[in-house]
Amino acid sequence: MTTAILISIIMTLVGAATPILLAALGELVVEKSGVLNLGLEGMMLIGAVTAFGVTFTTGSASLGLVAAMAAGAAASMIFAFLTLTLTANQVATGLALTIFGIGLSSLIGQNFVGRTVSGLEHIFPAALADDPIGRVVFGYSPLVYLSLVMTAFVAWFLTRSRAGLILRAIGESDEAAHSIGYSVIRVRYLAVAFGGAMAGLGGAYYSLVMTPMWADRLTAGRGWIALALVVFASWRPLRLLGGAYLFGAVMTLELHAKAAGINIVPPEFLAMLPYLATIVVLTLISIAPSGRRNAAPACLGKPFRATG
Amino acid sequence: MATEGKPPRLALEGITKRFPGVLANDDVSFSVAPGEIHALLGENGAGKSTLVKIIYGVLQADEGRVLWDGEPVSIANPKAARRLGIGMVFQHFSLFEAMTVLENIALGLDHSFSWRELQQRVGDILKTYDLPLDPNREVHTLSVGERQRIEIVRSLLQSPKLLIMDEPTSVLTPQEVDRLFETLRRLAAEGCSILYISHKLNEIQALCDTATILRGGQVVATCDPREESARSMAEMMIGASLRDVSRKPGTDFGPERLRVTHLSAPGEGPFGVPLKDINLSVRAGEVVGIAGVAGNGQNELLAALVGEIEGAESGNIFLDGVPSIAAHVGDRRRDGMCSVPEERNGHGAVPACSLTDNAVLTARHRMELASHGFIRYGAAEKYAEQVISAFDVKATGPRAPAASLSGGNLQKFIMGREILQKPDVLIVSQPTWGVDAGAAAAIHQALVDLAAAGSAILLISQDLDELLALCDRIAVINGGVLSDMLDVEGISIERVGLLMGGMHGEDAAGNGGDRGEPRHDPLEEQVHAA
Repeated sequence: MTTAILISIIMTLVGAATPILLAALGELVVEKSGVLNLGLEGMMLIGAVTAFGVTFTTGSASLGLVAAMAAGAAASMIFAFLTLTLTANQVATGLALTIFGIGLSSLIGQNFVGRTVSGLEHIFPAALADDPIGRVVFGYSPLVYLSLVMTAFVAWFLTRSRAGLILRAIGESDEAAHSIGYSVIRVRYLAVAFGGAMAGLGGAYYSLVMTPMWADRLTAGRGWIALALVVFASWRPLRLLGGAYLFGAVMTLELHAKAAGINIVPPEFLAMLPYLATIVVLTLISIAPSGRRNAAPACLGKPFRATG
Repeated sequence: MATEGKPPRLALEGITKRFPGVLANDDVSFSVAPGEIHALLGENGAGKSTLVKIIYGVLQADEGRVLWDGEPVSIANPKAARRLGIGMVFQHFSLFEAMTVLENIALGLDHSFSWRELQQRVGDILKTYDLPLDPNREVHTLSVGERQRIEIVRSLLQSPKLLIMDEPTSVLTPQEVDRLFETLRRLAAEGCSILYISHKLNEIQALCDTATILRGGQVVATCDPREESARSMAEMMIGASLRDVSRKPGTDFGPERLRVTHLSAPGEGPFGVPLKDINLSVRAGEVVGIAGVAGNGQNELLAALVGEIEGAESGNIFLDGVPSIAAHVGDRRRDGMCSVPEERNGHGAVPACSLTDNAVLTARHRMELASHGFIRYGAAEKYAEQVISAFDVKATGPRAPAASLSGGNLQKFIMGREILQKPDVLIVSQPTWGVDAGAAAAIHQALVDLAAAGSAILLISQDLDELLALCDRIAVINGGVLSDMLDVEGISIERVGLLMGGMHGEDAAGNGGDRGEPRHDPLEEQVHAA
């Protein structure tokens, strides 16, 4: 295998991993607060189409990014209002949000199909990316570096900061947190908004970086992989990073296998690997000794009604 | 003790709180002096918790005012209460299972802190008040007494001037209770007032300076608990004279009806306790008690005995001599083993279903409420009606949903449903948990009568008074291990307490001296003879 092929594998791998890492980081924080938002795919699509639309009309990709985050957060607020304020079922609402997001992005994207935009500029000077090694380090979109910074931030936030401690506590026992005097609903709103913004950012990666061209259902179900990734990582940010690159590798393996003319395993099998891996991890969590089983936030998906 | 001339630390004047359809507090007034230990006494539903929530800022009063050190204050939320110097230890701890003690304490503080400083201060408090607790353990590994200490440390970190304790001893061993009382007396001596909520009269007599008794949301009396008898306070509390459980000391028991040999079973859920080699036997007409602090395998024991742990248990269970370990839940019921689990809602009864449906669920075999897969609705309704009238259940009728009944009434219904089936063996867990004194007395009497009629009863309870009043023999479960059986007559509470705290073998036996020579277990002889 030549260096060139290796570098191209690494770069496509990172490319495939970054959007699901971004979205999964947001969802990790949401789930740590005890909310299960299955609308990830929908919010990513809304973010993707908003990023494309704003960039297409204004010509500014950074404006597109900001708009994508705002749109993702706005979409998540529909979910938050229904599930947190009106205590609707989180699973049903999340699924509805995904269906809504698919439809809305198709509608808005109708006039953009096949159009292209100039994607996000690189932050490092092109000269640095000239030689192959330099390219592996400096040759990515700014979103790739942002996703790494965000991973470190989320890890720090959850384990080291007081706000993160409160957020985890609310995910562990909303009743107890409420009786101590923390505002469960407010913290969950903020967490869901963060999750929505990160999902929007993940979606924007598809429309501004990966393929700076609009196509219907651009994210192609990657939101579900991001959801699976959170479970796969057993709600730990650093494992999430590793898992994202592992999933990224599996997803790109398919392409490279095809390109290299290798046909040992059917591509469909490779496509299902991330989900299969998640099932294996869930099984492992379930049969692990009881001490390690409490990886999932205890209040995940349970509605909270403030009482007396 | 009250200091002359100083205003009371806390005074309530005419506090009234209404909920839709209920007057929870009706013109309640009382005051607590600095350094006083003040009891708030009342039945479930008397309005104690509402009152405390108002003091702690969780609820707002509709009328009346709260005075703090003589000044009227409005307490908008728990944070405001803590700022005034009010600390609270809840009955149901506000703890986070998967987090460490220190993290839990940090969450209870209002201001930020550095980890090192917090560690230092927590260490100081643990040392000053002599509280055994490891700050770095995760909460789910701790005993209930240790969990309560977390709450106490949390409160003490804020240097409270008033500490509210809500039913603090309901889950503690006698030794842990003594330890808690020492801590509380020490705090009071340092000038901290304590508002102590309980319905356990002997504790209030041992600890408190003053008692305010609530009934139906109103203050019915304020008294010095040391000058009243436990009985007189109980009667003030329930507003009626107390009925004694009449029971003749049983000596002539019938044949063995339930026998358990070498029963082991895995724990339930992530924090469950596995059962280890349980041996016991209950004879006809006998009530055998299982004492122990919550979460020491009681749930698993009940589940294993009635057959809810399928296939995972080892050992054997004999019902009237017939090995039943392989029988399913329904088969065991049919064969005469009835049960009342600890949790009424969702385990003992389906809250959303009618009383009739709930009757069918456990009585269908023995009362023939179903045939060929069809419910005999008429018979079922009649049976439910029978239970309602025989056990004086307050409900609108057999069609009332179980959820519409109060805790005590639903418990009476569940007990009645099992007892009227005339079970050969009845296994009950916490039959009077959260039930008012009147209903508790009725339930106790029903159990005694059932035993007198020849059933064998296994009573799992954390309430030692209940066990001592009803049982002929008692064993203690700790960490899934059952102690030897102790005869209730001449039993040493101290020894039971030590066993509850996990002291087995030599130590515990050595303390049982006041029982005289350890008697040979008559059961053993019977077994060997068989």
